[in-house]
Amino acid sequence: MTLSPAVLVLEDGARYTGRAYGAQGRTLGEAVFATGMTGYQETITDPSYAGQIVLQTAPHIGNTGVNDEDQESSRIWVAGYVVRDPSRVVSNHRAKRSLDADLEAQGVVGIAGIDTRAVTRHIRDAGAMRAGIFSGDEAALPAEEQLELVRRGPDMTGLNLSGQVSTAEAYTIPAEGERIGSVAVLDLGIKTATVRHLAARGLEVHVVPQSITTEQLAELNPTAVFYSNGPGDPAASEYHVELLRDVLRKGIPFFGICFGNQLLGRALGFETYKLPFGHRGINQPVMDRSTGRVEITSHNHGFAVRAPLDGPVDTPAGFGRAEVSHVDLNDDVVEGLNCLDIPAFSVQYHPESAAGPHDSTYLFDRFVDLIRTAQAGGPAAGASPSGPVDPSRSAEVGSTGLPTGTSTDARSTTTNDQESN
Amino acid sequence: MPKRPDINSVLVIGSGPIVIGQAAEFDYSGTQACRVLRAEGVRVILVNSNPATIMTDPDFADATYIEPITPEVLESIIIKERPDAVLPTLGGQTALNAAIELDRLGILAKHNVELIGAKVEAIQKGEDRQLFKQLVLESGADVARSHIAHTVEEAVDFAEDLGYPLVVRPSFTMGGLGSGFVYTRDELVRFVADGLHQSPTSEVLLEESILGWKEYELELMRDTSDNTVVVCSIENVDPVGVHTGDSITVAPALTLTDREYQNLRDIGIDIIRRVGVDTGGCNIQFAIDPANGRVIVIEMNPRVSRSSALASKATGFPIAKIAAKLAIGYRLDEIPNDITRVTPASFEPTLDYVVVKVPRFAFEKFPAADTTLTTTMKSVGEAMAIGRNYSTALQKALRSLEKRGSSFSWGEEARGAEELLEIAKRPTDGRIVTLQQALWKGATVEQAFEATGIDPWFLDQIVLINEVAEEIRASAVLDEAVLRVAKDHGFSDAQIAQLRGLGEEEVRRIRHEAGVRPVYKTVDTCAGEFPALTPYHYSSYDLETEVAASDRRKVVILGSGPNRIGQGIEFDYSCVHASFALAEAGYETIMINCNPETVSTDYDTSDRLYFEPLTLEDVLEVLHAESASGELVGVVVQLGGQTALGLAKGLEAAGIPILGTSPDAIDLAEERGLFSGILDAAGLVAPRNGTATDVVEAVRIAEEIGYPVLVRPSYVLGGRGMEIVFDSPGLEDYFDRMRDSAIIAPSSPLLIDRFLDDAIEIDVDALYDGHELYIGGVMEHIEEAGIHSGDSSCTLPPVTLGRAQIDRVREATLAIAEGIGVRGLLNVQFAIGAGVLYVLEANPRASRTVPFVSKALGIPLAKAASLLMVGTTIAELRASGLLPEQDGSIVPADSPVAVKEAVLPFKRFRTTAGDIVDSVLGPEMRSTGEVMGIDKDFPTAFAKSQQAAFGGLPLSGTVFVSVADRDKRSIILPVLRLQQLGFTILATAGTAEVLMRNGIRAGVVRKYSEGEESEVGSPSIVELVHRNEVDVVINTPSGRSARADGYEIRAAAVAADKALFTTIAQLSAAVASFDAIRAGFEVKSLQEYALDRAARA
Repeated sequence: MTLSPAVLVLEDGARYTGRAYGAQGRTLGEAVFATGMTGYQETITDPSYAGQIVLQTAPHIGNTGVNDEDQESSRIWVAGYVVRDPSRVVSNHRAKRSLDADLEAQGVVGIAGIDTRAVTRHIRDAGAMRAGIFSGDEAALPAEEQLELVRRGPDMTGLNLSGQVSTAEAYTIPAEGERIGSVAVLDLGIKTATVRHLAARGLEVHVVPQSITTEQLAELNPTAVFYSNGPGDPAASEYHVELLRDVLRKGIPFFGICFGNQLLGRALGFETYKLPFGHRGINQPVMDRSTGRVEITSHNHGFAVRAPLDGPVDTPAGFGRAEVSHVDLNDDVVEGLNCLDIPAFSVQYHPESAAGPHDSTYLFDRFVDLIRTAQAGGPAAGASPSGPVDPSRSAEVGSTGLPTGTSTDARSTTTNDQESN
Repeated sequence: MPKRPDINSVLVIGSGPIVIGQAAEFDYSGTQACRVLRAEGVRVILVNSNPATIMTDPDFADATYIEPITPEVLESIIIKERPDAVLPTLGGQTALNAAIELDRLGILAKHNVELIGAKVEAIQKGEDRQLFKQLVLESGADVARSHIAHTVEEAVDFAEDLGYPLVVRPSFTMGGLGSGFVYTRDELVRFVADGLHQSPTSEVLLEESILGWKEYELELMRDTSDNTVVVCSIENVDPVGVHTGDSITVAPALTLTDREYQNLRDIGIDIIRRVGVDTGGCNIQFAIDPANGRVIVIEMNPRVSRSSALASKATGFPIAKIAAKLAIGYRLDEIPNDITRVTPASFEPTLDYVVVKVPRFAFEKFPAADTTLTTTMKSVGEAMAIGRNYSTALQKALRSLEKRGSSFSWGEEARGAEELLEIAKRPTDGRIVTLQQALWKGATVEQAFEATGIDPWFLDQIVLINEVAEEIRASAVLDEAVLRVAKDHGFSDAQIAQLRGLGEEEVRRIRHEAGVRPVYKTVDTCAGEFPALTPYHYSSYDLETEVAASDRRKVVILGSGPNRIGQGIEFDYSCVHASFALAEAGYETIMINCNPETVSTDYDTSDRLYFEPLTLEDVLEVLHAESASGELVGVVVQLGGQTALGLAKGLEAAGIPILGTSPDAIDLAEERGLFSGILDAAGLVAPRNGTATDVVEAVRIAEEIGYPVLVRPSYVLGGRGMEIVFDSPGLEDYFDRMRDSAIIAPSSPLLIDRFLDDAIEIDVDALYDGHELYIGGVMEHIEEAGIHSGDSSCTLPPVTLGRAQIDRVREATLAIAEGIGVRGLLNVQFAIGAGVLYVLEANPRASRTVPFVSKALGIPLAKAASLLMVGTTIAELRASGLLPEQDGSIVPADSPVAVKEAVLPFKRFRTTAGDIVDSVLGPEMRSTGEVMGIDKDFPTAFAKSQQAAFGGLPLSGTVFVSVADRDKRSIILPVLRLQQLGFTILATAGTAEVLMRNGIRAGVVRKYSEGEESEVGSPSIVELVHRNEVDVVINTPSGRSARADGYEIRAAAVAADKALFTTIAQLSAAVASFDAIRAGFEVKSLQEYALDRAARA
């Protein structure tokens, strides 16, 4: 048993003493908790966790080691890692190495052996906050000094992290099977599972850096555009919002997930806001309001879109009407947006899962349907359900299908005024 | 969709008697369903033959029928009550099979009643192995290669294709009955022959062996809108080959990557959709090849199952309650999550703790039985524990078993690693301890994996526990740091004491001085993401406690721990009633228990639930935590069986107030000398008796009081080690056999009583408040004295006792209650022999018969007892109307008669040679459950009890008679009556001679010991039974010489499912009941009986 001490310090002064885990040293970030019982490898390699010290509420972490297939990106992104009982051994036929080895090799400072439930309850009540883990020599620093370091650490609000996580160079993944078209994927922190899902549906996937210009994007001439998940405050990503508005004005089919949902919300003129402690887990019940079906979904978001829940509204930024398509049943947080007059939709959660249930992969099919409809010159509105609709609930569903582009251009000039949050 | 407006009344089918594979969990699920349906304004009609259940309390349904669960009876109830729907998915396989029968016979259609919870097609798709296999393959998932056989010959051919070993599984049986691995052709023939018989559809599945694969289960729920959630994943620590009911299991699954887990989830959801379960839950079992991850779907249950109960307790997601709501039309997202109250039930619980379940076995009751664990379930109960990590949960679960040697220890171990590993290869009760010892003695994880197939992660956890043990032992001082490490891996004070060579009390003192005490966390379904409102707690040596302060007066109720033979659901019944009654009286009720099958561990039952082992340490810590606020009025120990009672002294010593009868008074009843004093003072007699702690003394005493003697160790329940001994060599043999169990010691001597031949045994349950005695009921055993009261059938009111005898019983009970100083419940066993009333024993606690008495006479004994314990008087309870004015000693002549019959598990147990263990009843209890028959007179009530327990008696056919000499006189009349009723009589030569002299035509059959047909030319009785040529077997055991023959006959009868009588008393009762059976049964609800009683009064 390694008994090298470590301490987790929260900006409100709470301290939890445990054992060093992973690399030793100091790390600072936003403390958040993730409630998934499986998928720690996918979690830590999810770029959306960049800048965050992630606490796993599941006590045993590392049991199945690390393999090559379940990496969601090329590296571990969490700023720090908090677990209760790290595994001493690796047991899985696919495992290539231990989690500890990866954490150490990539310099991720962690802490183990603390009352993770107490920390979770604290964050739940007090909200996500700045935190630091101190181990090795740093553990010996005076408590006041540690706290001061934490308080001087970065605040997630107003932080743009896209540049840190995005690919530097564009790359292309060929379509599988019959090629339907191409999709330009803005890498704001994309996961490999997302790319896999797009390519598997006949889309040639061009993953492009977040710094791409409108002109560069236009040069690619994509059939559709996709915004990925990613870390940071959407209010600090005005550049990507503007990029998106151009896409929307052109009537290019668009699908966004997670950060991409927040950016669509902002592009349409809705506000975004920070949730008290976010949704990070793989058991969140979300209702698809068009079908009345509840799907169990994978979440990782600290921010959300503020939009009216009761029926379609005219978008403040003048992109016609839009409606909230998906809602979290736990707390009524907006989990999806659907444009009724332009071919664009988005969800706040992770239909690619990894980790998490596969209930929402139908959204990629909806994206393909949207693209096909656009290709066929059909009514270019947001995604509509491909499955049967429960007639008892169709009243909740807004009517779809105004003629293309009737109102978008007219209102596009007002968009800048909406950035008041 | 909200609740369906067209369902206003529902018939809920219960699961019948407790048997292995179908136990208290269905009382839990059925009780939940009844509560939910009534809360929704639905009229609930309930049928269940098991009186020990909480669900059959008249408070839980509008009409409660304690009647046999047969299509005829169900149809009678349907005609009478006209329910809109039948709900069969919460009553185990019994209810599901009954529903299929109702459908097959056209009864549902005829009376226009809808089956809710699961459609017949869905039940068949889930349960019919061939249909299910096709459906799994269509979904793209894999199944083990298999064939269906309808004959033994077909099976032999298929085995050629699959190769040995292979698995045999009969269709439509529960608890894996009749299934197992076969390694040879001979075994195959035997298993298939049995399996074809067990299966209601006469088919068995032969399957490729996946022995040693990892085994998982998912609990799923789905609604009419196709919303599907996985409530819980469960991983079996014991790999495929051991029935999941007999495996150590853990929730959540701990050795799956997300990719693998989501694959199981996808398959599970696809299957539940294809099967068509759309208003309820199901359980799906998977096997995964550890070498390459290949997944095989093993089976599904399209209903609430044993695993559902476990999953509900493990996650806080009440599957049965939700299933009942789905059945009447709700969608998952319309049902709130009870625990958070703000989030909906359409979510998947996430755990921030680990749950371990360990099975409890009763092989000591069946010494001849093969203890190897197979795919046929053999455990009789289970304990569950919750910990913040696996090592803690495992160690807590093991000590919850309350069984010597069930916990890890680090003492002397003569055997080496290799020998221990060799032993661990065979899965048995306690294998995990053998494995721990092997690893302690130096075996490697690789070797242990090789020997057992248990995942290396779980094996490493045992290594971790051993390492911590070494750290505890080797530390210079037992300081806070060491204690914290020990406690974070679940070590008990007793284990630490052993490692440090200290006393348990000493360790506790050191630990408390070091400030090392547990905190209590909450089971909240969401890993802390939302505030939990339901106080369902478990201990952990962590930082922060979540027990809410309270300024109320608190009563703590100790449950009865894992079910075992002799201590089952009856005690949970009493604990739950105490909780309800005390809550009603204004107390805050706090339940401590570790049995996931029970109603007491439903978080809805008490104000607070602590899911903790029932050891002194664990209970004291809960009491300490609860003492932090409010007023602890006291602890109820007399309702939780021997488990709770056993803690009384330790709690009292720690200064905890014990409610009701004091621990000293409890001793008065248990300690033979003191008890004799009480009897003497009251002018009562016991059979001549004495006590001994060694064999020499025992023989001396036995010879002095005269054989036969009844011997039993003190402080045991269920007649453990209780036997009738006929001579001194027999007594010496008894000591030899009991040596290993160490139940005879100076502190607990052996009790030796003169055995009363031909006496009538009487059981009395009574209440005493210090001033007044209130008789709950006087029960007359049908079998003569010498058969454990738990295995004996009995009748209430007594049917052959006179008023004067009952008055004497009443006076004697009062004298004993006064003498002991009872405050609450008292159970006394009497025997009347040759006109003398003997006192056999007295127990100042809830007895097994409390629920039976309550149902039969409408007297809520457990509720009343709990109120007496907090100071209410019997007079006050009478005045308040809780207790009827007239106690149970006087029952009007026109009252109904209730008969309790025991259900025995002999069919489950085989010797290593594959034969059924002997089925003779004796003083050691071996029944797992009971049923009740209630009707206007004894013969009808008895007939109902037999129907409910054994499926009824044949009305014609062939009866075989072979009895001991002492019984030859008493069989003449019953056998004559059987002949008059048209039965053909066969007998062994000796018995036949007696019968023929008395004018009964009896054919002579050879004994088994006279050789097989192939040698002698004519079939023996055993062969006739096997050939289905005998319908009823009457065999009473005689002395040792004829024992072997009797055993073979009885084993054959049990194996072939023939009516078997081993006592004349039972035979006589059965013969008297034939006319009643032929007339058909009428049904009457407990509520109607109550109205009759009220009208009489």
